Amino acid sequence: MAMTMSGECQLAAPPQTVWEKLNDPATLKACIPGCEQLDKTSDTEFQAVATTKIGPVKAKFKGKVTLSDLDPPNGYKISGQGDGGVAGFARGGATVRLAPKDGGTLLSYAVEAQIGGKLAQLGQRLVNGAAKKVADDFFANFAAAVNPKSS
Amino acid sequence: MSITGIGAAVRRKEDHRFITGTGHYTADINRPGQAFGYFIRSPHAHAAIKSIDAKMAAGMPGVLAVLTGAQLAADKIGNLICGWMVHSDDGSPMKMAPHPALANGKACHVGDPVAVVIAETLAQARDAAEKVQVEYGVLPAIADPAAAQKQGAPQIHEVAPHNTIYKWHLGDANAVEAAFKSAKHVTKLDLVNNRLVPNAIEPRAAIGEYDAGAGTFTLWNTTQNPHVARLVIAAFVGMAPEHKLRVIAPDVGGGFGSKIFIYPEEVVALWASKRVGRPVKWVAERSEAFLADAHGRDHVTHAEMAFDAEGKVLALRAKTIANLGAYMSTFSSSVPTYLYATLLSGQYQIPQIYCEVDAVYTNTVPVDAYRGAGRPEATFVVERLMEVGAREMGQDPVDLRQRNFIKSFPHQTPVIMNYDSGDYGASLKKALEIADYKGFAKRKRESERNGKLRGIGFSNYIEACGIAPSQAVGSLGCGVGLWESAEVRVNPTGSVEVLTGCHAHGQGHETTFAQVVSDRLGIPIENVSVVHGDTDKVQFGMGTYGSRSGAVGMSALAKALDKVEAKAKKVAAHLLEAAEGDIEFKDGKFNVAGTDKSAAWGDVALNAYIAHKFSGQELEPGLKEGAFYDPKNFTFPAGCHICEVEVDPDTGNSEIVAWTAVDDFGVVVNPMIVEGQVHGGIAQGVGQALCEGAVYDKDGQLLTGSLMDYCMPRADHLPPMKVDTTVTRCPSNPLGVKGCGEAGAIAAPAAVINAVTDAIGTEQLAMPATPAAVWAALQRAPKAPRAA
Repeated sequence: MAMTMSGECQLAAPPQTVWEKLNDPATLKACIPGCEQLDKTSDTEFQAVATTKIGPVKAKFKGKVTLSDLDPPNGYKISGQGDGGVAGFARGGATVRLAPKDGGTLLSYAVEAQIGGKLAQLGQRLVNGAAKKVADDFFANFAAAVNPKSS
Repeated sequence: MSITGIGAAVRRKEDHRFITGTGHYTADINRPGQAFGYFIRSPHAHAAIKSIDAKMAAGMPGVLAVLTGAQLAADKIGNLICGWMVHSDDGSPMKMAPHPALANGKACHVGDPVAVVIAETLAQARDAAEKVQVEYGVLPAIADPAAAQKQGAPQIHEVAPHNTIYKWHLGDANAVEAAFKSAKHVTKLDLVNNRLVPNAIEPRAAIGEYDAGAGTFTLWNTTQNPHVARLVIAAFVGMAPEHKLRVIAPDVGGGFGSKIFIYPEEVVALWASKRVGRPVKWVAERSEAFLADAHGRDHVTHAEMAFDAEGKVLALRAKTIANLGAYMSTFSSSVPTYLYATLLSGQYQIPQIYCEVDAVYTNTVPVDAYRGAGRPEATFVVERLMEVGAREMGQDPVDLRQRNFIKSFPHQTPVIMNYDSGDYGASLKKALEIADYKGFAKRKRESERNGKLRGIGFSNYIEACGIAPSQAVGSLGCGVGLWESAEVRVNPTGSVEVLTGCHAHGQGHETTFAQVVSDRLGIPIENVSVVHGDTDKVQFGMGTYGSRSGAVGMSALAKALDKVEAKAKKVAAHLLEAAEGDIEFKDGKFNVAGTDKSAAWGDVALNAYIAHKFSGQELEPGLKEGAFYDPKNFTFPAGCHICEVEVDPDTGNSEIVAWTAVDDFGVVVNPMIVEGQVHGGIAQGVGQALCEGAVYDKDGQLLTGSLMDYCMPRADHLPPMKVDTTVTRCPSNPLGVKGCGEAGAIAAPAAVINAVTDAIGTEQLAMPATPAAVWAALQRAPKAPRAA
């Protein structure tokens, strides 16, 4: 089942800071809801474990995350594929763009993902709603993490 | 006739336990020491299974075993099979791909079981399943049947190039072509018969139990045909010899065809019970059922009907692609061939018919018979063509149908079937009166004043039921005979047990079979119990599907009752000290002709067992007889359904405002049960027409995978229904019955779509006609809706 989602997020820090945080496993791990493990295996690769719950289905995703189209500090493409065991799978990516705005950074993202198995059976409405919530939570966490006042 | 005999609208005996929660379904049964199975299913539509790592799961609390397809193969457990051989035009047999109960090597649809965890509790099995690591190599998938045969489409099974299972045809293409050349008018339609998910209220379940001491297996299973399940699991799967396997189908909460088939889960439950030495229970979750129960329908069809200048049908031709899913289910091959093309003559005198069917594999759940099985698809083709033909030629759809009705019987159609009886004009006439067809124009104007579009649609369906004469189906490729058996055991106190090979899962057999006995022996139905669903009790039987239990199962019962009566007369003759030829049996009493001497049923039953009045050498004690009945012909229920809808042009919502059904089911055993069967069938047909549709994305993910996205019909989709009957007796069986279980589901989709298209003025409308689909069709409609 295809899933697409896009959005924007205004961050208080300048693009260079945001870029660094976007490449920092510790920050990402702290910001990704349900992320239990995020280990850098090379400059552009991570091994990740995250637990997510959508409706009646709870899944622990294990997978590889790859960064590509690196364009510091303007953006990258982050893609991955995760195996959620009996819950199904998810694979896809997000294009992330950073642009200076109002003394900070405007982060825009566009997600394209494929999900399958039990997760897909949950249906578009539930999955999209849950994905939007994960994204909102992530950016709320991330905005706090990059905010110079809070660090 | 007794007051509880044939024709009496007695209340269903079985309903007390069903509505008080005291039924016994498979999930209610718990065996000492039982463990639970949880299946790990492929999340991919098509994928190589590279490895299965069960080490972590095996160490989890309560886990007894994690079993895979490789172990199944190593234990030499055979594949599931399709039991009806269909040959392609070139004479080659259908391309049946191996179907192991657990996928071995690759998974072919989302939901294909790849492993099973057996644990002390279900929760432990589920937890451990999370730890089983299956590494998949994802392969390109195909879900669209219309694209499955195209060059470059992913190849699913090696044995079936271009995913083609068979290319089959029925009829004379040249004769049809000639008829079309001489036609005054040709109506052409492209139709999709939408894929359906059965959704019986009780999900499937199985308990396998191996008795190591006796070397026997027992399977409790939600099946419509326990003996067929035993035969397949013994003879093809090779689990155990037939006499070492007992199959029990206790109360079953609805089947609609989906519980005919032999599924992987029951095979695995039996096999696993031997592996772990414990009974193994599995109960499907609802969302699991969406991926594990055979779906229904899924045809893509181009159909044409040729008319002469007088509106007489000259010929019909159809080309259908039938999606059979990822594997061939038990009877899948017969549904789009011998249960479909053979019914394309409808109720009409059609001199020439030609039908081509390509059955294809796709990476979807297997497709097999679902209430109506082929006949709803055929009715949809014929009745849409008739209605659209009438509209295109500017004729009244009623007149056009009447002009083409078959009026004399028997009638040999060009597509195998020989209709034995019927009066199609009578059911149409009665339906027109009940529906007040004459008043439709006025009602339409009233609707218009309220801003609504009103439409009326007809469906003059026919079906072939009473499945089926064994020799006939054998000649068409069926692997079994489709007779039925019955045994009547009279107890010394006169009460009766009927053992039947039919299985009841909502049809009310415990009442109707008892009515047949009551009618014949003059005893109340309370004194008759109906035993079914256990291979250790009933010797053999073919089960319940194809509206066969009345026409075939009750006929076997009638035959056994003949024998009981004959034997009882011999006993009565001794008891009354009269010649056997002088004994008459009437209203539950044995009389000596021309005298006032008589004996009650109970006295004769008792004397049959105490055997004091005759010597055991001249007459065997006891009163128990059995019979096998093989039908001479199919039966042909037919009728007229009229649907009236009001469409809201702003929202596209179609409200069914009136429904009339006049069916000819032959002799009716219980009018109340028949009416209930018609109601249920119509509800399912309305579901197909307005709400239900299984949708796969291009990668083979089921998008309508739960009741949130797959819409079942609800009470507010249905109006009060006017249900009536006309009766022509079925000449081929002793009771004159034809069968009623599928009629509503067969008739309804065409009636609804004919009504909605009449309302909106365009034929470009696919099922399900959801508000969105109807609204979109209205925007595309080239002209204003027809005036009344």
